[in-house]
Amino acid sequence: MSPTQGTGRADRAHSAGRTVVDIAAAVANGSLSAVAVLEENLAAIAARESEVHAFNLVTADRARERATQIDADVQAGKKVGRLAGVTIALKDNMCTRGVETTCSSKILAGWKPPYDATVVRRLADEGAVFVGKTNLDEFAMGSSTENSAFGPTRNPLDTSRVPGGSSGGSAAAVAAGFATASLGSDTGGSIRQPAALCGLVGVKPTYGMVSRQGLVAFGSSLDQIGPFTTTVADAALMMEVIAGHDPLDSTSLPQPAPMLTGELSKGVQGMRIGRITDMPEGSSPDVLAQLEAAFDALRAAGATVVDVQMPSMLYGLTAYYLVAPAEASSNLARFDGVRYGLRVDAKDLNSMYGATRAAGFGDEVKRRIMLGTYALSAGYYDAYYGKALKVRRLIADDFAQAYTKCDAILTPTSPTVAFKFGDKTSNPLAMYLCDVFTIPTNLAGHAAMSVPFGTGEAGLPVGVQILAPALGEAPMFRVAAELERAQ
Amino acid sequence: MTTPVNTSSGASASVNLSSIVATAEQLIDGWELVVGLEVHVELATKTKLFSASANRFGDEPNTHIDPVTLGLPGALPVLNRHAVELAMRLGLALNCRVQPCTFHRKNYFYPDLPKAYQISQYDQPLNIDGWLMLPGDVRIGVERAHLEEDTGKSTHAGGAEGRIQGSDYSLIDFNRAGVPLVEIVSRPDIRTSDQAKQYVSELRGILLAVGASDAKMEEGSMRCDVNVSVHKPGTPFGTRCEIKNVNSIRSVGRAIDYEARRQIDLINSGGVVKQQTLHWDDVAGRTNVLRTKEDADDYRYFLEPDLVPLAPDAAWIERVRAALPPLPAARRAALATLTGAGKESESVAVIVERGQDEYISAVAKVGGDAARALIYVQQAFAEEPATPRVPAGDIAALSLMEKNAKLTSTQAKTLLAELVTNGGGDVLAMAKAKGFEAMATGALESIVDQAIAADPQAWAKYKAGEQKAIGALVGAVMKLSAGKADGKAVTALLQAKASS
Repeated sequence: MSPTQGTGRADRAHSAGRTVVDIAAAVANGSLSAVAVLEENLAAIAARESEVHAFNLVTADRARERATQIDADVQAGKKVGRLAGVTIALKDNMCTRGVETTCSSKILAGWKPPYDATVVRRLADEGAVFVGKTNLDEFAMGSSTENSAFGPTRNPLDTSRVPGGSSGGSAAAVAAGFATASLGSDTGGSIRQPAALCGLVGVKPTYGMVSRQGLVAFGSSLDQIGPFTTTVADAALMMEVIAGHDPLDSTSLPQPAPMLTGELSKGVQGMRIGRITDMPEGSSPDVLAQLEAAFDALRAAGATVVDVQMPSMLYGLTAYYLVAPAEASSNLARFDGVRYGLRVDAKDLNSMYGATRAAGFGDEVKRRIMLGTYALSAGYYDAYYGKALKVRRLIADDFAQAYTKCDAILTPTSPTVAFKFGDKTSNPLAMYLCDVFTIPTNLAGHAAMSVPFGTGEAGLPVGVQILAPALGEAPMFRVAAELERAQ
Repeated sequence: MTTPVNTSSGASASVNLSSIVATAEQLIDGWELVVGLEVHVELATKTKLFSASANRFGDEPNTHIDPVTLGLPGALPVLNRHAVELAMRLGLALNCRVQPCTFHRKNYFYPDLPKAYQISQYDQPLNIDGWLMLPGDVRIGVERAHLEEDTGKSTHAGGAEGRIQGSDYSLIDFNRAGVPLVEIVSRPDIRTSDQAKQYVSELRGILLAVGASDAKMEEGSMRCDVNVSVHKPGTPFGTRCEIKNVNSIRSVGRAIDYEARRQIDLINSGGVVKQQTLHWDDVAGRTNVLRTKEDADDYRYFLEPDLVPLAPDAAWIERVRAALPPLPAARRAALATLTGAGKESESVAVIVERGQDEYISAVAKVGGDAARALIYVQQAFAEEPATPRVPAGDIAALSLMEKNAKLTSTQAKTLLAELVTNGGGDVLAMAKAKGFEAMATGALESIVDQAIAADPQAWAKYKAGEQKAIGALVGAVMKLSAGKADGKAVTALLQAKASS
């Protein structure tokens, strides 16, 4: 397929309308200047960023320098990378050397890492131009980006609504045309859910496929970095650049990046697509209608739809809210005011710890630190954390069983389209339920992605989630490309 | 105590009826002492356990640091394979089983712990179920020897006694943070403070022999925590106290003796021993309470998600086992056999500790007298490295000259000192230069006869059985020979003459 065809939907908000694949090809052959691409994005930022608030930091000067260099390299006939001139926004929990990395938390405000995350280095090596650091729910804890210490991000498609979260800034940046693509991190759905709410493609790779080195950890056994793009082909190319073994991450899988762009034209003829018969309830009718349409489209393209069971799916949420906070309580303990970030002075060491962390962390972060600390405490470990690990095993077993019958599974990404600000902030449990479909994949360490498929309430995009087994990126992208073609 | 496994008794003491029983002489006023040791040693790797920063002691503070060492956000640990190999070497030397293992996080807040958790091993350590043999064939069980990372080093300035409470400010050096440690946890099989000292000393010898650590207690690359409890023989173990900051072998003995006495006196006066962590004050010679069980940290151990399980394969384990050098106990036995000294004699222990036993073998190999070489090396080579500068052949020559009575022991000693000073030399030429030429048996006999003739009274007394009288005769011979006669040879000659 020609990547420029994309989804071509009228409700798409990105002004430039360029794709990663287009830009990389055009900049490399000299028919498009990297500076021009960047200036389009910067113009969009100037026009709408005050309203959207996708960024914690726009690195316009650095980006201009970089784009100019790439154009000069092209002029000089030097070989440029696979992402030459592609503008990319980075979630502000990925370390960027010398550039503030805050996790949208007061406790890290002003902190400049002395090193680049592996993904940042890989993108830079291929000629990407970084536009800025995007807003997120503090330390990636949330599903609406309302938990940012620096104020919420608005959904560019309807600014009275949330962009989803926690990678809401990264999703909004691409949806608003502030960048061609972006990176998010996904611990329980933090890429897929905002992708769905903003009408984008969002990928949560197999655990270990993309290096976590330089990603500020939330739930280390769950976190994965992945791309937001406007097309499936763009996501495939981004994956090829960022994935692959990294010796600096011990959990990185010992294999090269999967070749995905070649998969996109293969179609789904003969593929078996799973439909979960005991899916958790609560999805809105507009979302379920699009899911049915997606099954129909795949069937029409030659796939078979088969019934599978996931009895443990609902327990995934419970297990997740023990495992992720437990790991977070440990991962966030280093923010103690001793070496970097915020310090609130006090009369002695313990008071300094308390005062710093009380002032530095927001409510949701504190809630999860407390949950996680409790779950790991002596006398409670077996009942909570220990049991959550068993549920994790059950979920993996359920998936293993399901994947004996099918190659991929379709579910909604989010139970609803983008919701209004404040709808769920007073009820953490309602917010947590946003991730009921996305969480099990993280617990199992499998691959998943969200692709936009039709619209629902108020003409807002609906995302369909494609689940695939570990290292099942190739079949997953075949399904995604087919759904994109069916639009 | 840093592991989930009790090394000594806790409150639930019913299972702790030990099969190892102190002898009557080992009891203290009828009380049996039970000691378990947790020894931390820094491994002699080039780099840290999880990062590429140098593992070096004594450099400028905060010069061996990096994002992993400092626990910067986003930094991830990568396990140092050489550290694993050294830990395996130690485990195998301690007769442990090397097994598939995992890493856990031990969570607690302290400024010198950069991530606010220490990566350690918990329920699946690398090495388990070993033992270490003390002199006298006393076998001390080794529960486990696991890998973990060291913390940074805090210095508290101003205020009281270098403690954080009341200090004006604290300085932290992160050079030590992330240095690989092995914690060796003994079973509570030790029954006397002497055994505890022997255990530490023997363990140190093994560490040095296998090259796992430089094991310098004074620099903190080997540190001991001591668990002490007392009970009446045949009854369950008493409540244990853990003593920290015990930084020399001598202190191990002193701390245990002090603590045993304190616990016995406490019980005898109607008190109850509380489970506590104590701090050994080496200057005052006493323990002080650091914390009680009630305010002990809950470390919230859980599997370290940034690392994958470690399962050394059989081939790796066997390769490490096959490459193990001879260990101190075996080397002492070999040296004892070679030299005819007792295997628990001090000279044998000292030479093996210095690693100079190979050298004595070399002396013997070139025809030297091993027994004399043992004495020479013990006396004169204390400051020499494991392979002394003096060529083994020179010591062999010296030992033969003394053995063949070409030199007196005093002369031999003089030449030995000269060999050490000069890093070797032609012993025959040196002896000649000093006028230490051989005194032939014939020449000696004529001098002995002269001495007898000059002092017939002494000779008569000696012949009559008065042993003391020989002194005057030997003295006279030495004088007549200008010190060149060998005292032993003179005595033997006088004895022979008296009994003929």
